[in-house]
Amino acid sequence: MKKSGKNSIWAWALAAVAVAYALVIPATCAQQPKARRQAALTSAVPRMPRFRFENFTTANGLPDNHVYAVLVDGDRIWAGTDDGLGLYENGKWKTFNTKDGLAHRAVLSLSLDKRTGDVWAGTMGGLSRISAGRIDSYNQFNSGLSNDIVYGVSVEGGNVWVATAAGAGRLNLQTGQWSLYNERNTPMREIWVYGVSAQPDKVYFAVWGSGLLELTQKTGRWDMYADPDDETELVLFKNQGLVHDIVSSVSYVGNIVWASTYFGDSRYDGRYWHNFLTKDSGLPSNFTNFVKGVDANHAWFCTDKGLAYYDGVNWAVYTPSLATGKPEMWVRDAHGNVAHIPVTTAPANNYILGIDFQGDDIWVATAKGLSHGIRQR
Amino acid sequence: MRRFAISRFRTSAGACLAALAATFFCASAWNSTARVDAAGESGEILNYASPVEMLFSHDGTQLYVLASQSDEVRVLNAVTYVPIKSIVVGHSPRGFSLSAHGRRLFVANSWDDTVSVIDTQALDVIATWRVGAEPSSVVEDRAGKYLFVANRISDDVAVLDAHTGAEVKRLLAGRGASYITPSAEGQRLYVTHIYPNPGPERTPPESEITVIDTARAEVVDRIPLHGIAGVFHVAISADGRLGAAAELHPKNLVPLAHLEHGGAFVDTLTLFGADVGGKSVEIPLDELDRYSARPFGVAITPDKSRMFVTCGGSEAVLAIDVPHLLRYLRTHRGPYAEDLAASANYVIARIPVGHDPRGATLTPDGRRLLVANRLDDSISVIDTRTDRIISTILLAGSRQLWSMQFSDRIFSAVNDRPNGKPRCSQCHIDERHRQDSPMDLSMRKQVVALRRGEQTFYTARYSFQGQIGCANCHIDSTFDGLEWDLEPDGFGRNIVDNRLLEDIRDTAPYKWNGGNPDVPTECGPRTEKYFWRSETYDDVTLADLVGYILSLPARPNRWRMASGELTTAQERGKELFERTKDKFGYPIPLANRCNYCHSGPLGTDQKSFDVGTKKPTDDSGLFDTPQLTNIALTGPYLHDGSARTLEEIWTIYNPGDKHGRTNDLTKDELNDLIEYLRTR
Repeated sequence: MKKSGKNSIWAWALAAVAVAYALVIPATCAQQPKARRQAALTSAVPRMPRFRFENFTTANGLPDNHVYAVLVDGDRIWAGTDDGLGLYENGKWKTFNTKDGLAHRAVLSLSLDKRTGDVWAGTMGGLSRISAGRIDSYNQFNSGLSNDIVYGVSVEGGNVWVATAAGAGRLNLQTGQWSLYNERNTPMREIWVYGVSAQPDKVYFAVWGSGLLELTQKTGRWDMYADPDDETELVLFKNQGLVHDIVSSVSYVGNIVWASTYFGDSRYDGRYWHNFLTKDSGLPSNFTNFVKGVDANHAWFCTDKGLAYYDGVNWAVYTPSLATGKPEMWVRDAHGNVAHIPVTTAPANNYILGIDFQGDDIWVATAKGLSHGIRQR
Repeated sequence: MRRFAISRFRTSAGACLAALAATFFCASAWNSTARVDAAGESGEILNYASPVEMLFSHDGTQLYVLASQSDEVRVLNAVTYVPIKSIVVGHSPRGFSLSAHGRRLFVANSWDDTVSVIDTQALDVIATWRVGAEPSSVVEDRAGKYLFVANRISDDVAVLDAHTGAEVKRLLAGRGASYITPSAEGQRLYVTHIYPNPGPERTPPESEITVIDTARAEVVDRIPLHGIAGVFHVAISADGRLGAAAELHPKNLVPLAHLEHGGAFVDTLTLFGADVGGKSVEIPLDELDRYSARPFGVAITPDKSRMFVTCGGSEAVLAIDVPHLLRYLRTHRGPYAEDLAASANYVIARIPVGHDPRGATLTPDGRRLLVANRLDDSISVIDTRTDRIISTILLAGSRQLWSMQFSDRIFSAVNDRPNGKPRCSQCHIDERHRQDSPMDLSMRKQVVALRRGEQTFYTARYSFQGQIGCANCHIDSTFDGLEWDLEPDGFGRNIVDNRLLEDIRDTAPYKWNGGNPDVPTECGPRTEKYFWRSETYDDVTLADLVGYILSLPARPNRWRMASGELTTAQERGKELFERTKDKFGYPIPLANRCNYCHSGPLGTDQKSFDVGTKKPTDDSGLFDTPQLTNIALTGPYLHDGSARTLEEIWTIYNPGDKHGRTNDLTKDELNDLIEYLRTR
């Protein structure tokens, strides 16, 4: 819901009921997954994508095992790591670092300008443009960039949008003009902007502690979507608004907004919200670092306990087992039935930070390596 | 001894008498050469053609000449060179090319940011498209899908829909992107740029040849040009195995004034392609005692036997024996760039041409080379087998002027003197206007003086061994984006940034230390003593040069809206520029207000201040307040170029608020201030 001031007294009353519900019901529900898993053994399991994961680490050329972001550019794979930007091409890794002009060794975010082929990298020390091997970097001293910590970057038309630790910004590539967005000219209450997703009609910003910001490009109008429960970690008003104000990333695709928070995830179609929590979805964790929508009905969720895929009805989770570390895949259908799928490979680590698509394949950034999920038929 | 400032308009009575006498002296010469074309009497002479590029039509019947100063494409018969038509295009056209099928001619108009589309059958402009900032070259791909336009100010190549002119996208190119050359098959475009790419302070300049895949319309490679600042035309051999780029290799990290030690520039080519092993190789064009100043145009004969390079400052065309060159590279180890003995192995002829030769075009059979002499309104036609000039095409409009200056007698006299100066320049001006009214005479004299001043600006003949001229550092009468170490104050001391020359008439004093009270002092004794190390200008030549420099206008500002109004951000920035109180309500001392020092329409109060930017290598912290004219274009900034961007002036180099009260500003406010400055 759009933020509309204080909740009414009715809302608080409703909240009290919801708290009671929240305290009682989960205990009952907690018993359900096991039963459903058992049931799933005998019922039809939804066909969800299966992958064979090949994992890259420093042992086979990755610049660093801590991979913050991954970007697919045709046959080339870019990996933003804690120690340089890796490029995987023709079976080999090449590393770009500060000596090559990169703004900082730690690359937090990546975006491809599909028109030009240029790659934009948000780093801990500014924003870098990689164009046919040349790297130009912008920081808070040499440019209009508001802050050197660039958590998110998104290229749209002739604009580069950035999410930084001190607000958001836009670089107009034709004029060189920087426009900054912060608490002085937007409804942004906090300026810790974690993610940005830009399209020609709208730009969405994931703001840590300030919900989701929407900029309508044509009118310049700003709207803020906040958790109707404020910053409580209880979901009192399910599907009535953003699931939580601590938004970690946003993906705007097919006129649908997918938002991840540290307390669940949300889907917004411009009118209705749909929230996802572990207790009523296939999410392996409510702590979601990153979300990427495939289209209006399909999305991938990168959590601290594995990678999840949602096809609009069913869920699939890919993870090394939290208990044993062995590869694990499980599928949850629309009824909550859960089935384990035998697999031999899994992403390099449970702590998933990013994902991108290469046809039917996926590339997954984790805290301990980069994984290539090769689609199995 | 201090030289008195010389103004052409303060010529002494004696000089006037001399000029009058010269008028009569030249009358007979005029009568013998000026009858060819009466156009010169009509007033058209005020509008110089200034040819810069040429093209042959696909059927080989027409020659198109791009006249940069008269804003025309002139169409000549390709065999007889008889004029067929002049087609008016946009302001200050800088580059042109034919479409793949040859039915359209595209012209990049650098001052009004348009591309003119000419129907080559009708010889009329059929469309004018808005493009980016200062378009300087335009090429259509072979499929006729995209039009690529190099934008000098926005440092990019715009990709347009070739049918509608609608911009599709922009590709990052080098700083000052200016010239595009297609490969033999048209699959690649090679884009060069005239200013070095931004880099760390006091490091060798870096440039590139940006390689674009025309089918994908994407940059696929960047050929690095280490140490290069100023890259001009590229030529690709017909077999696609050899490319060559004309360029300047400045030595700005060592004292400039050591010309006698070869200390300012090396004039070079970078070769690339399969013939040189797929790598880029930089080769010098200079000789031990004679330089090839400001190489610009390059052409390779179809059989790859010869390569020709126009040298604007040397007023010559070099003929290179390509097989000898390749053999030399195979048998000698590099690097070659600063080996002044190298060129003797492959430069086989040096052909004198006119002033500031620019584009070079071969006839389709490769037997003739045409060279556009920009500042003579002429085209030299060279036999590529004998390396001799076989004819000279005089462009209508200033034929008489050319005839007077470059009749065989005078031309020979000038070129026989390596450091000679044009003679008899006064007499032919007076002569050609002998029938005009006094008012016309006065006006036309001024124009002609400007042209002579421009010739002086672009020639290298006044410097030791013909090494450099004004235009070496002030490329196309602008700047070069470099910082220089000038010797007189010691090695490594008082590093200075090169400043823009536009609209400087009312910005005296000159130099960063404000040491030169006027332009004649700046361009006269200072230049002669510290730069040229050779002959001094005579008074008339200096006056003409000064007149030309002071005539240079400011380019249109691309950050101002056409309406003249400011954007919201620019308005906010203007308020900050003019504010008298800081954000805490405290009055800002006069000297800490932006508009106190940067006052007036040009943004300078013409005084020196200490704004806290003195470096340990500087003798003084007092620096002349620079004008703000087109400040957005002229990075790096501050007296020594230590601020790579406008932002760095305040984010790094203004900790004590001595360079304006700015430390109370938020980042978005600083951005607003910069947005306003860009409109100046």
